[in-house]
Amino acid sequence: MNYLMRRLATFPLVLLGVSILVFVAIRMVPGDSITAMLGTEAGLLTPAQRDSLAAYFGIDQPWFVQYWRWIGGILHGNLGISVTYGRPVLDVIIERFPLTLELAVLSMIIALAVGMPAGIFAATHNEKLSDLGVRMVAMIGQSTPSFVLGLLIIYTLSAGFGVLPAMGEFAPLWQDPLRNLSQLILPAITLGFAFAASVTRISRSAMLDVLSDDYVRTARSKGASARSVIWRHALPNALIPVVTLSGIEFGYLLGGAVIVEQIYALPGLGRMVLDAIQQRDYALVQGAVLFIAFNFMIVNLLVDLAYVALDPRIRLGEP
Amino acid sequence: MRILRAIFGHGSGRIGGIIVGVYLLVAILGMLGLTPHNPITQYRVDRLHAPNGAYWMGTDLFGRDVASRLMAGVGQSFTVAFFSVAFATLAGTVLGLAAAWLGRRWDGVLMRIMDVLLAFPAILLALLIVTVAGPGTWTSVVAIGIVYTPIFTRVVRGPALSLKAREFVDAARTFGSSSSYIVTRHLLLNLVAPLTVQVTLALAWALLTEAGLSFLGLGTQPPAASLGLMLSDSRNLMETAPWLMIFPGLAIMISILGFNLLGDALRDILDPKMRRAPA
Repeated sequence: MNYLMRRLATFPLVLLGVSILVFVAIRMVPGDSITAMLGTEAGLLTPAQRDSLAAYFGIDQPWFVQYWRWIGGILHGNLGISVTYGRPVLDVIIERFPLTLELAVLSMIIALAVGMPAGIFAATHNEKLSDLGVRMVAMIGQSTPSFVLGLLIIYTLSAGFGVLPAMGEFAPLWQDPLRNLSQLILPAITLGFAFAASVTRISRSAMLDVLSDDYVRTARSKGASARSVIWRHALPNALIPVVTLSGIEFGYLLGGAVIVEQIYALPGLGRMVLDAIQQRDYALVQGAVLFIAFNFMIVNLLVDLAYVALDPRIRLGEP
Repeated sequence: MRILRAIFGHGSGRIGGIIVGVYLLVAILGMLGLTPHNPITQYRVDRLHAPNGAYWMGTDLFGRDVASRLMAGVGQSFTVAFFSVAFATLAGTVLGLAAAWLGRRWDGVLMRIMDVLLAFPAILLALLIVTVAGPGTWTSVVAIGIVYTPIFTRVVRGPALSLKAREFVDAARTFGSSSSYIVTRHLLLNLVAPLTVQVTLALAWALLTEAGLSFLGLGTQPPAASLGLMLSDSRNLMETAPWLMIFPGLAIMISILGFNLLGDALRDILDPKMRRAPA
């Protein structure tokens, strides 16, 4: 409990740091948001019109006033107005987040469903040809960037089968589940492939470690079946590194997969931030980065708490 | 020499070492301009030629030789990867040692700053830095360097803290050794092994991040060649000219594979505790 409180107490401090960093960084981008928003039409604005637009978006004030107002707004659940969308930042984030979350969950399901059995199989066939095969595929998987795999998938589909991935307007899960899945399955495989490779490697390594422990040898000598030794005795203890890796990876995926979203033309959080940076949409970049950082910290905390659930001997926060 | 022998005596180390060695050679040739053709010269009559005797990997939409651009691109990617990892290693080592040695408030402040940087998704932080400073080779170096500095800080700080509490450090203090002597001779020298492993693995990530930034148009700028940029340019032509995608894609993948294999081998060689369960 103490550990949980101490960790939670560091959240505001880290978020404050993230907020200052993103606030300063985005304002150092050359150009201004009104010109970026209106393009060549910005030249047609009279100084008075430009001033009133700047006042509307709150970017007419000195930096420290803007920062103070932004922080004050956050405490009241108001992340500001997006210059690009002309809507509250929180609404824009909430609209984009389900896709990112769904993509992260699907990728993790693929990674765990493929990676864990492969890792366990390799560990139980240690140093055999099949183990070598799994390790080779995992190493290649881990070395394949998502954008290379994504393009290869699109090329194979279009050249080999004459079909293209389902793109077009994104269908939310609750409106059209089938179309939604057809739009997300390939991006999820693209992201899940390298993720599965990492899970395979870490599961294999953790299982090998556990399988050579004394208690597993004892279980074997007492006549426990091979299946029972693996699933009941070894696996629960081999899960900790898998949970750590999956949690960290999942936390990163919640920040949006910029490149994969770009390849498959998906309106996720990552692409939104990329566009917002290029549009100098200060409020949207600031709000989104803070949201992503918060999610990342929460996921990391949950991973730590999962350790305790998996291994009650672990006492968090103790040296 | 001993470490080289150990690497070449290790299964994956041998393969990784050969891959990295070949890439280094290609990178040097690419940087020196010793390519079959000029990588930015446009041979307009030879546009979109499939691989043949004159153009081993074909030509692109502007009639530029893909093999020459690939060699120049490998040179470019390796330059960014090496300098950014050198930046992160240097900055991370100094900060990690400072946090561990100075302790207390300094440790708290430095590590919270690192937490802030770690809470940013790596590619977004790099994107933000590149947009602020404007795209280019050296911007990519600084952006990737900053992104990976917290990881090196953590890799150094943890072991440095435990080394600081060891008897030989107390003994050195008792003999009147200065702080800088203890930090450089006793702490840093003992951190060479974990740092070497981390550097090799970080080179793989740096290559990946550089390619990602270039893919998004925020790394190397045209007409200069970069693997990520070549891959991005191939998107609209993948059906008519698949070689434009396949060669840079494979080049990125194999280079990362080489560093990953080498990193794994180094971990096995330098960290005997890991040897029992090589992944």
